[in-house]
Amino acid sequence: MISMKTISTIFALVIFVILGVAFTAKQPSVSGKKEKLSEYGFFTGNLAELNPAEDVVPYQLNSSLFSNYAEKARFIKLPAGLTAQYNRDSVFGMPVGTILIKNFYYPADFRNPSKGRKILETRLLVHEQDGWNALPYIWNDEQTEAFYDVAGDVRKISYIDAGGKKVSTSYAIPNKNQCRGCHSNRDQLIPIGIAARHLNREYTFADGTKNQLEYWQQKGMLTGLPSSGLPANSKWDEAGSGSVESRARAYLDINCGHCHQPNGAANTSGLMLDMHTSNPTALGIMKTPVAAGRGSGNLDYDIYPGHPDKSILVFRMNTTDPGIAMPEIGREQIHKEGVELVRQWIKGMK
Amino acid sequence: MKRLLSTICVLALAFNASAQKDIQRSLQTKFIDAEHNSVIELPEGTFQLTASLSLDGKKGIVIRGKGMDRTILNFASQVTGAEGIKITNGADITIEGLTVQDTKGDGIKTQLVDGITFRNVKAEWTRGANEKNGGYGLYPVQCSRVIIDSCAARGASDAGIYVGQSKNIIVKNSKATENVAGIEIENSMYAEVFDNEVTNNTGGILIFDLPDLVVKKGGYTKVYRNHVHHNNHVNFAPKGNIVGKVPQGTGIIVLATNNVDIFQNRIINNITTGTAIVSYYITEKPIADSTYYPYPGNIYIYDNVYERERKRATMKGRMGKMYRFKLKFGKDVPHIIFDGIIDEKQAAANRICIRNNKDASFANIDAANKFKNISRDMKPYDCGKDVADRKVAGE
Repeated sequence: MISMKTISTIFALVIFVILGVAFTAKQPSVSGKKEKLSEYGFFTGNLAELNPAEDVVPYQLNSSLFSNYAEKARFIKLPAGLTAQYNRDSVFGMPVGTILIKNFYYPADFRNPSKGRKILETRLLVHEQDGWNALPYIWNDEQTEAFYDVAGDVRKISYIDAGGKKVSTSYAIPNKNQCRGCHSNRDQLIPIGIAARHLNREYTFADGTKNQLEYWQQKGMLTGLPSSGLPANSKWDEAGSGSVESRARAYLDINCGHCHQPNGAANTSGLMLDMHTSNPTALGIMKTPVAAGRGSGNLDYDIYPGHPDKSILVFRMNTTDPGIAMPEIGREQIHKEGVELVRQWIKGMK
Repeated sequence: MKRLLSTICVLALAFNASAQKDIQRSLQTKFIDAEHNSVIELPEGTFQLTASLSLDGKKGIVIRGKGMDRTILNFASQVTGAEGIKITNGADITIEGLTVQDTKGDGIKTQLVDGITFRNVKAEWTRGANEKNGGYGLYPVQCSRVIIDSCAARGASDAGIYVGQSKNIIVKNSKATENVAGIEIENSMYAEVFDNEVTNNTGGILIFDLPDLVVKKGGYTKVYRNHVHHNNHVNFAPKGNIVGKVPQGTGIIVLATNNVDIFQNRIINNITTGTAIVSYYITEKPIADSTYYPYPGNIYIYDNVYERERKRATMKGRMGKMYRFKLKFGKDVPHIIFDGIIDEKQAAANRICIRNNKDASFANIDAANKFKNISRDMKPYDCGKDVADRKVAGE
């Protein structure tokens, strides 16, 4: 039976949804923003192939942010005739009109890329006149188009992982505001990956394998590149690329350091995990938590040298509980390999 | 007819499920598309949300529900986000007339907002006190011009109402129950906490300055006309957190903060301590922050009413052990304690003044010297003229 109360609740819901739709229609216009991804012309041919147009350049990072095991295809488009400006320690200066394009997808089978993939979302960072703006696009099931969508979503995904195991899980597409969760410096939205230490590596371009920074310089995309002394983070997942410590620091830098740095949103915690931190307490060593709540997991220190299982850092990486998990977004799954690396690092500390 | 009705029932249920998902999206879309200086109205009802709602970079927004008990946002089935509502990088934001329930992390967090008002807002965990509840109910951090008025917080595993690293703060007419800390003001300047009821928490009101933070120094805090009673809840904070050290049965604690006035409060039946003035050293945690000042100073406690039943302090935890084996007050537990850990270089400047409190008893527990010279004499702290001057100056 439907009670009067249920009916009035339903009625309230109907009104509410209608209001919601009305609000959606009243979006403030953003300069140059397109409703469909295809309208930008970043890619040629079949959109889902992500074949870059001539002025769209793919790139990779030495160590990249874990996002729920999604793979990413990244591209940069600079405005014609303009260049990025090299900085040693921070994000390159980029001209107004620069667009960074990041596509998130899952291979059907991580062991065999030829079995196809499913693209879930494409996030653009656009350098507009008054600063960077984040424009999120969500792909349709047919994989023919992605549509501008600010509200985010929670999707069911399934794939076969690198170990051959079938995984079915939730994937939360962040809302537009959550972009700032990572991409913020004080109150400004900024890119993360376009920095020397992340980009300083080889990439196999259509015309051969080259160091990305040198390639950018040759193509007239980058000025001010010094001939030596370029920083490079280790590749967290390649044992040969650096010591356990340097790989763990590279991992924390890209996964945590955008928030846990002096100008980041997590500076409230006093825990600073970016590459530039050298103070042991700020890095978490024997540091007591501040506002961790149940994130402390009944442990006393962020990092307890020699004791990964008594370190809050490991505890918070090793859970999917949204009230505890770190990082706060893109973590509907535990990054087992990342946890293992950080665990090794802490275990080896004296 | 019966069949028709059951068809409607099924349709209604199906509609309800998809409507709930639409609510997440339509609310979040409203939050993102809101123009500066506009009102976001939330309808009456209980709504299930699966992700945090976030408002960023906005000025002059009012988020308005139909009333604290009429618009209820429930996050029990939340899969993503570390709080219920998150408001960042804004100015002049008001949240009013709603309840946020059962979030996985904090209830409502606001960060870097200049001008944030919570009015008739409740943050609660409906199962009551539980260590699996989120840390903070209402949680402004790095904000200025903070007003928390006629709000309620219940069940937080850290602090129900927590203001951190902020300045120019008012917390009034609010109620905090069944939290580890009822109201906590941490590393914050110019806070006034008054006319609140704080009961059945582990500790009622906490005024803390902690090390290793970006905003180092709090102080110039006034705590007055509050009813701080029966804060005797067992401590259910996850270990590691500083509030995990707060003994069950605490009314008000001032930890390492300077320039604090506590007056005209009713501090009743908190079994372990009515008011404690302590340094950070009492926590027994290491201090690596060389810029941190771990001692309390210029603390004025006057015109309060103290009452307690004749019973023992808690025996739980490290502090319980201290009461039991070192302090040995039995049932004659002092209302006000001072840990006696002082900065020798600043001893005169770091005043502790206690005057004209009704029925107050006192102890300096001499924690600096292994509790050797515990003194119950309040006289040395009766700096009458100072208190009178503060009243005249309206400080």
